[in-house]
Amino acid sequence: MKSTDVLMAGFGGQGMLLAGKLLAAAAMAEGLEVSWLPSYGPEMRGGTANVIVCVSDEPIGSPLITSHRGLVVMNLPSLEKFGPRVVPGGVIVVNTALIDREYEREDCVVVRVDARRIAIDAEADRAQNLVMLGAYLGATETIVPYEAVEEAICKTFSGRKARFAPASITALRRGIAEGRRAVLPVG
Amino acid sequence: MSKVLMKGNEALGEAAVRAGCVHFFGYPITPQTEVPEYLVKRLREVGGTFVQAESEVASINMVMGAAGMGVRCMTSSSSPGISLMAEGMSYIAACELPCVVINMMRAGPGLGGILPAQSDYFQATRGHGHGDYQVIVLAPSSVQEAVDLTTLAFELSEKYRNPAMVCADGMIGQMMEPVEFPEEGAATPMPENDWSLGARDGRERRIVNSLYLSPEDLHRHNLKLKAKYDEIAANETRQEIYGTDDGYDVLVVAFGTMARICKTAIDEVRAEGLRVALFRPITLNPYPFGALRDAMDAIEGDGPVLDIEMSMGQMLYDVKLAAEGSRRIEFYGTAGGVVPSPDEVAEKIRGLMQGVQ
Repeated sequence: MKSTDVLMAGFGGQGMLLAGKLLAAAAMAEGLEVSWLPSYGPEMRGGTANVIVCVSDEPIGSPLITSHRGLVVMNLPSLEKFGPRVVPGGVIVVNTALIDREYEREDCVVVRVDARRIAIDAEADRAQNLVMLGAYLGATETIVPYEAVEEAICKTFSGRKARFAPASITALRRGIAEGRRAVLPVG
Repeated sequence: MSKVLMKGNEALGEAAVRAGCVHFFGYPITPQTEVPEYLVKRLREVGGTFVQAESEVASINMVMGAAGMGVRCMTSSSSPGISLMAEGMSYIAACELPCVVINMMRAGPGLGGILPAQSDYFQATRGHGHGDYQVIVLAPSSVQEAVDLTTLAFELSEKYRNPAMVCADGMIGQMMEPVEFPEEGAATPMPENDWSLGARDGRERRIVNSLYLSPEDLHRHNLKLKAKYDEIAANETRQEIYGTDDGYDVLVVAFGTMARICKTAIDEVRAEGLRVALFRPITLNPYPFGALRDAMDAIEGDGPVLDIEMSMGQMLYDVKLAAEGSRRIEFYGTAGGVVPSPDEVAEKIRGLMQGVQ
């Protein structure tokens, strides 16, 4: 059985739910089973928002997972809350633009990404979520191909939003490069 | 048709449209508001009617009116809103009108909270209004099953002229999964009947009524309803059994989302060599007593049954009824929107197994 899961978390408005949706849509297009479970609850403006995406080539059991193989975090509260829940061997993608603290997990791959800088360089400052998603894809032997995620971006940003697609894909690709670099063997 | 990625609430709305539902009456409440939000746009496209009522009391009575006219209709709400519909549901059942009610359960009692729960089991399965009546209750454990059971709910409600409820928890409503729908326009319209109201055109007068002042007449009416509920119980129970291939020492019983969480936990402990199976009722009413009893009788030795719910123990009563004292029944439950994790369930199973071996 091939399967993976990732929790994506940040402040409301940082696009983690959308990033998760793009991953889920890409996996579905590849014929895989998928679930997208958002946190929902009484939240205040600027509060936390997160989503758990499960992908598998078999029907998904529990969509709710409390120990994660992947974690993508935009902000410090999310890292502090969910960081300890990542299983050994997992991948943690940290947004250094908002998290200036060093985060050590010797048993995990920690990918540090300055999502804001990379997104601005890609002329897609609103696509910081896609930089993060890209970094996750680049750092994991994920079962969802990059091309499928790009395809999902094109489908989601259609019509009046189509003008956002090219820069979004650039942001995703730069994120992928960051993720790949992080898992390259040293030397 | 290919699969689409959709939120449970929206998928339920689309499933209703595909089933030929043309009238919706409802009132917003978390975590089901996406159902009316979706249908307000969608019903217009198919020439249907959407009414946001002034309350849940009004919604269910509008449903009663539409159902009495022989129109395929539904409402949806979440726990406190469903409570307000109790009186209307009793009237609709008494008048033998078909309709579908969705309950996207949230945590109670009282105003409670907006997170998922399964604590409306009593309310759903015991006919939450007054009098001797029952509602057909279907409990999906995935977005696809929510779609399939919504279709089935319309079928059964019309077949038996009785309200049918799709009883899910907030997680099903908020989650996105790939779904496939029946073809659009494939639903058959409501067939001609001899009970619904409308222009008489010379035919005999019809009355939709639940008032019987003669005790004998009301007694007969109750006997008729009872015969119908017995027929439903004999023909419409549905369940899923999981992990029974090589025998089992413990049987877990759970429904809806909780059953999925239990499946993952069962996979985990089976990998450790523990022999555990799952029984998942799909119809909560009629309850699959016979099938559950068979599954209990197939437990090897005197192994226990573990009932797990997001409530303080409601389906537990039916599990005990099925066992009739023949098995030890253990219970684990959470409330308030706290959802047990697979790891937590696996730990409960391991604890039980220590006593078994």
